[in-house]
Amino acid sequence: MAAFYSLILVLLLCVAGYFGGSAAGTVFGVIIPYLAIAVFLIGIIYRMIGWANTPVPFRIPATCGQQKSLPWIQSSRLDNPSSGLGTVVRMALEVLLFRSLFRNTKAEIKDGPRLIFNEKKFLWLAALAFHWSFLFILLRHLRFFLEPVPGCVLMAQALDGFFQIGTPVLYMTDLIILAALTYLLIRRLADLQVRYISLFTDYFALFMLLGLAISGVLLRYFIKTDISGIKELAMGLVTFSPSVPAGVHPIFFIHLFMLSILVAYFPFSKLMHMGGVFLSPTRNLANNNRMKRHVNPWDYPVKVHTYEEWEEEFRDKIKAAGLPLEKV
Amino acid sequence: MTEQTPTPEQLVSIDYKPPRKSWLDPTVEFRKGTYCYSGVPKHVEYLGLPNPREWQPFEPDWKLPPDWKRIILDGMKDRLDKYRSFRLFMDICVRCGACADKCHFYIGSGDPKNMPVLRAELLRSVYRRYFTTAGKLGRLAGARDLDENVLKEWFYYFYQCTECRRCSVFCPYGIDTAEITMIGRELLNLVGCNINWVIEPVSNCFRTGNHLGVQPHGFKDSIEFAVDDLEEITGIKVDPPINKKGTEILFIVPSADYFASPHYYTLLGYMLLFHEIGLDYTFSAFASEGGNFGLFTSHEMIKRLNNKIYSEAKRLGVKWLIGAECGHMWRVLHQYMDTMNGPGADFLEEPVSPITGTRFENARATRMVHICEFTADLIKNNKLKLDPSRNNHRKVTFHDSCNPARAMGLFEEPRYILKSVCNHFHDMPENTIREQTFCCGSGAGLGTDENLEMRLRGGFPRANAVKYVKEKFDVNMLTCICAIDKATLPGLLEYWVPGVEVGGVHELLANALVVEGERERSTDLRGDSTEQSGAETTDA
Repeated sequence: MAAFYSLILVLLLCVAGYFGGSAAGTVFGVIIPYLAIAVFLIGIIYRMIGWANTPVPFRIPATCGQQKSLPWIQSSRLDNPSSGLGTVVRMALEVLLFRSLFRNTKAEIKDGPRLIFNEKKFLWLAALAFHWSFLFILLRHLRFFLEPVPGCVLMAQALDGFFQIGTPVLYMTDLIILAALTYLLIRRLADLQVRYISLFTDYFALFMLLGLAISGVLLRYFIKTDISGIKELAMGLVTFSPSVPAGVHPIFFIHLFMLSILVAYFPFSKLMHMGGVFLSPTRNLANNNRMKRHVNPWDYPVKVHTYEEWEEEFRDKIKAAGLPLEKV
Repeated sequence: MTEQTPTPEQLVSIDYKPPRKSWLDPTVEFRKGTYCYSGVPKHVEYLGLPNPREWQPFEPDWKLPPDWKRIILDGMKDRLDKYRSFRLFMDICVRCGACADKCHFYIGSGDPKNMPVLRAELLRSVYRRYFTTAGKLGRLAGARDLDENVLKEWFYYFYQCTECRRCSVFCPYGIDTAEITMIGRELLNLVGCNINWVIEPVSNCFRTGNHLGVQPHGFKDSIEFAVDDLEEITGIKVDPPINKKGTEILFIVPSADYFASPHYYTLLGYMLLFHEIGLDYTFSAFASEGGNFGLFTSHEMIKRLNNKIYSEAKRLGVKWLIGAECGHMWRVLHQYMDTMNGPGADFLEEPVSPITGTRFENARATRMVHICEFTADLIKNNKLKLDPSRNNHRKVTFHDSCNPARAMGLFEEPRYILKSVCNHFHDMPENTIREQTFCCGSGAGLGTDENLEMRLRGGFPRANAVKYVKEKFDVNMLTCICAIDKATLPGLLEYWVPGVEVGGVHELLANALVVEGERERSTDLRGDSTEQSGAETTDA
């Protein structure tokens, strides 16, 4: 039901974008995008500052390899770093390659009973494919917002269209992102466990991303919309002299509206994992606990049981046992 | 095992299909064998914790304070502002489900709320409702009101997590269910909902210095008993000092080592080793517990119990500390002690092995060394005369205990010792050892008999891996460096894979240790004959 409701909501948003764009171009082409970007930026900064200002009282890395101890024991620098540099590398592997997710296996009980572990890399693969193609697509889109178009954007574009299939040239990332999102959606629906834990918001994010990707694909390959108008709009937005040229296809407004909603929703949602992953204390701290003191900024004195109190209570027994006393 | 205990076949015929009903509607059934009894009022009271009273989880009325909801929500607010881990882990989960089948309790029970993600969602749903904007939308945003049923669900499932951190290894954001369970239990403690198997040891430990409530004369008796036993077995009379001032080293053990079996043989092991190398050390009858059930109560309680270690080291004037084989004890010593009760560097010296001269650089701040690090260094420097054939009757495997594994990364040191002291060592499959090791199912204060069914379920993945090496290599001894493991794994293995005993690393070390002036030994420390019985198997 959660999936159904969020699909309905996303479809309604599509309809709103389609008709809204035609009826009120300035609202959907200028005002909403500006508002969305403002919410996005302020929201992200607010959330990140909120997290960053929350103290890390204890150093609690989850260690996934051999510690650094005796010099003749090879320590695992990537999975159990004891230095700042090692931690940076560990984080880089986490953020760029999803190293922890790569460990994923599936545990199953077979007759015997035997517990067996199967390789299960598809989640990792789909997640990696989605995130990297999304990044590539974002990079490509910079050509609408920058004049002259920077070399790296052109290069990304050329690389993405390397195989030179069709007109306009087919971008590989477009195929990859659709495939990855579809897999992630099907997995969420078909895997009973994952379906059980999925919330409305989990489907909402997926449907919005799918809507965004599909409308983009329609615009490029099927409608073959006139991109000069779109570039004019985009350049107007970034140079703060917005105007909505005539003749922009209504599907474009769906695309823009989906994006606006998604970025405005971003700071309030689980999508904030993008920023949060950098702050995770089980990953971004070195396992140098016994080498270097970690200070808890809100440490406070607690009620303890002192040796003196202990000796007082058990004085006779300590004496009888012949153990030394502080106060004879 | 009681009659009600299901057979292994019954236990693992698990239907993993989740129920139709949404998890957002709280339901919990306190079924016998799957939960722990409540904290006894006198212990709760002794510690000055809130709401001491007679109550039990299965009773409808939990006798909560009238403003319990406000207390919990204020407690959440307070902790959201104090722990980045808690705030972040409430916010960033994407419910990808990678953690689901990584939890031993989920694998062994099939209860969807034992998936780490849902265990956390039990708390997150309340967080969303009261602390986020989107949560005002209610169920649509995965938010729900805090009511008594939600609280009961927290109690059931936060005392059905052993804080082993295996899920955290697989989480793409490192979300650590141990953090969530620890905070969840802190919140429950605010309204007096705790379990006796945690609270009684905590109260004992606060008063007498150790979980078992052993008083100073009892401590001395236990050590003397061990001295006599050692003399009987080896002909060597050791002389371990207690509360002696001015020694080089204070040696901290978990109390089970001197009061429970098979821990006891490991204690014999330490004592024999220290005698052989002539170590200048002392036990303490006050700091007579390295374990810390405060870890299973609240951060404040960790600090309250841990305080005695540094303060006793200071009083006795030792130079540095060695800590014995214990799991959660080392989580506290490694990740919390110096921050909470340090700096140890103020009054201790940097640890240097008096035998080998090795400087333990990795402990240069806290100045506390793990016994396996200490012993591995001795062996590497050829300071011990070892006869591994005296362990030939043991086909050995090693269980990485959760905390030394995932809070330290202590993998090679114990293996190096084991491979030096016995001829037959076989690791379990790689998905079940090192950072992927499975919990014994009884950690974090859940090792009580009334919780037996849940422990057997949670221990299944570990036991199953033992079964694999038993069938493949004829393994007959599981070694480990954790007191809770030593207490609970014997029963667990008896149930799942009979014929495998549980021992400590330093027990096997002492079996192999050739001590100057010893009489010829015909048995190991357990009194078992070292002659190999039955068909001899050959292996590398």
